[in-house]
Amino acid sequence: MTTMTLDAGTTAPAATEQPEQDAVNTNTRVSETVGHPLCDDAKLSMRNVNVFYGETQAIHDVSLDIGRNEVVAMIGPSGCGKSTFLRCINRMNDTIESCRVEGDLTLDGEPIYGPKVDVVPLRARVGMVFQKPNPFPKTIYENVAYGPKIHGIASRRAELDEIVENSLRRAGLWNEVKDRLDKPGTGLSGGQQQRLCIARAIAVSPEVILMDEPCSALDPIATARIEELIDELRENYTIAIVTHSMQQAARVSQRTAYFHLGHLVEVNDTETVFTNPEHELTEAYITGRFG
Amino acid sequence: MQTPTLFAMLLLLVLVVYGTGFSRALAAARSRGGMRNLASLPSYYGTHAALWCGLPALILLAAWLVFDDPIIRSLVMGSLADRPDTIAGRDLLYAQIQNQAAGSLFGEPTAQVKAAAERLTSLQQTAQLLQTAMVLVLSIGLAAFALLRFSPELRAREKVEKVLRALLVGCASAAILTTVGILLSVLFESLRFFQSVPVTEFLFGLHWSPQMALRADQVGSSGAFGAVPLFTGTLMVSAIAMFVAVPVGLMSAIYLAEYASSRVRSLAKPVLEILAGVPTVVYGFFAALTVAPFVRDVATSIGLEASSESALAAGLVMGVMIIPFVSSLSDDVINAVPQSLRDGALGLGSTRSETIRRVVIPAALPGIVGGVLLAVSRAIGETMIVVMAAGLAANLTANPLESVTTVTVQIVTLLVGDQEFDSPKTLAAFALGLMLFLSTLVLNFIALHVVKKYREQYD
Repeated sequence: MTTMTLDAGTTAPAATEQPEQDAVNTNTRVSETVGHPLCDDAKLSMRNVNVFYGETQAIHDVSLDIGRNEVVAMIGPSGCGKSTFLRCINRMNDTIESCRVEGDLTLDGEPIYGPKVDVVPLRARVGMVFQKPNPFPKTIYENVAYGPKIHGIASRRAELDEIVENSLRRAGLWNEVKDRLDKPGTGLSGGQQQRLCIARAIAVSPEVILMDEPCSALDPIATARIEELIDELRENYTIAIVTHSMQQAARVSQRTAYFHLGHLVEVNDTETVFTNPEHELTEAYITGRFG
Repeated sequence: MQTPTLFAMLLLLVLVVYGTGFSRALAAARSRGGMRNLASLPSYYGTHAALWCGLPALILLAAWLVFDDPIIRSLVMGSLADRPDTIAGRDLLYAQIQNQAAGSLFGEPTAQVKAAAERLTSLQQTAQLLQTAMVLVLSIGLAAFALLRFSPELRAREKVEKVLRALLVGCASAAILTTVGILLSVLFESLRFFQSVPVTEFLFGLHWSPQMALRADQVGSSGAFGAVPLFTGTLMVSAIAMFVAVPVGLMSAIYLAEYASSRVRSLAKPVLEILAGVPTVVYGFFAALTVAPFVRDVATSIGLEASSESALAAGLVMGVMIIPFVSSLSDDVINAVPQSLRDGALGLGSTRSETIRRVVIPAALPGIVGGVLLAVSRAIGETMIVVMAAGLAANLTANPLESVTTVTVQIVTLLVGDQEFDSPKTLAAFALGLMLFLSTLVLNFIALHVVKKYREQYD
């Protein structure tokens, strides 16, 4: 369990960004994360993570484990740092010039940050699916084959074909696109594009998949399809998903982490979080009193 | 009243009328209980009245200035008993009359000139008076009409906007009409050229020697108008230029867009764009005095023959000139590639260079191609550098170390100096210009089409 020592001075300016609503005092001091942020069989473990954008601190001393073959949902009001935290795990924040990450993050016990760590194989092990479907302006086949090609996973065309077919099958897209693999990926519908992006991510056989609001741009049917997919993917992958939909978090995840203004407030079994939250902020959020 | 004074007075009048219209609208608004009860804002009522006051009067004034002199001249000349027969003679006589009227004639005028000069002076005075009176009456009358017609229900804004729209249409059509005019004049002169030299000879002839015999007894200047050497020369110089500009420009764009920190970018981009601000004539003497001898020396030192003016020197410098063009356009296009595509590629574990090579550049390629095509049309039309550094000899050669000449250089040399403007030699310039115009037009058309197609991809 991590302890967080914060004075009101650092919380106050951030708190002013959130409009206060109703009787809930969102300025409540978060002294430490309640619930069970750590687990025994951790695939990913993050300890005392602080993230800064220039002078602004976006993440305050967050510690969290993500277990093997587990789906962890991260919820919280907009701007609470859940996407930022997710992007720390595969170092996507490196692309932002002003961003600085502190803390111990490990994947299977190996450090994620550090002078000796090569970010390229790391990102091959930790795949990512983004909020907006972002297929490359290439054919459907080339989109999926991109990762295996750059990592030299397949040496022969037949192997590559097999990887592409398998990935598309696992993403539940194969039957819809098998006859038009040579058509541009950008021509698919939004839901299909997002599944194509998931196929693209699993084609490099990652161990962890990070999903940053993967369904926020999709209609309910496409969303249901993707949620089903996440459940199937859990057998082989470890998944961290950021979502704004509490129903989605409840449907797909085993544990849920509630973020508030850059602090990790509560981590518990999903059922506990949604039926019997420990922290008053969590309760206020899931009952819709703010956020 | 002199025209400038009249003009100033008209302006003053317009201001006064604007103020009157404005204050009347304000007063009307007050009596009706607020600005909301006017059909338009007070400034539109002011502008509406001012336009009635100023616009027709200005048009009248402009028309007067155009037709004033010819009418007076025909009146003066018509009254003369003894007129010269030739146009030149009449021009001379009228100039004498004008000078006499202005009191600056050198020598003793004839009686006829004296009388005509007096008539000219009196006519001019009358015209001046008439002009002042008509302009003032028109402007004051129309201003009074507009102000009297004022009512809070008048939709002044719509009327003002109509006038402004007409003004905008006028400005836009001025640019288009100029282009059409240039094209037509070039086209007609080219047709005259093709009457004396067959089109096929011009397009497919291999020999260019435009010197024509001016007199029958001149020798050695028969005139040959095969434009192929010019086109190959143009192509060669442009190709060398693009060979320099495309890789350097593209790579500098990639560096600026993808690798440079924002500090370096904010410094390097303006510096690179200064290159575009250097006048081409400066590039020209840089090419002729520095690069061309250098190219020759290097070529000689490795045992190649080279002339001191070469396609290579001109092409190299032209390439440098085009670098900012290519890099700036490519930079824009690369920046337009959505960050989400880069994130997608990086998230799959691509290195930065893989992301650029396999995702960003392919996505930006149509735009880059468009930019390069625009740069090509600039290279083809470029003149100063090739005039100075590529030479004038119309060699049909593929050796970049020899001197060549280009279409633009030949247009310059054909028209520089004293020329007859109806000989095939000078008319050839128009035919060359037409070819140049058509080829750059086609290139621009393709380029714009490609760029447009690219834009649709992400919208």
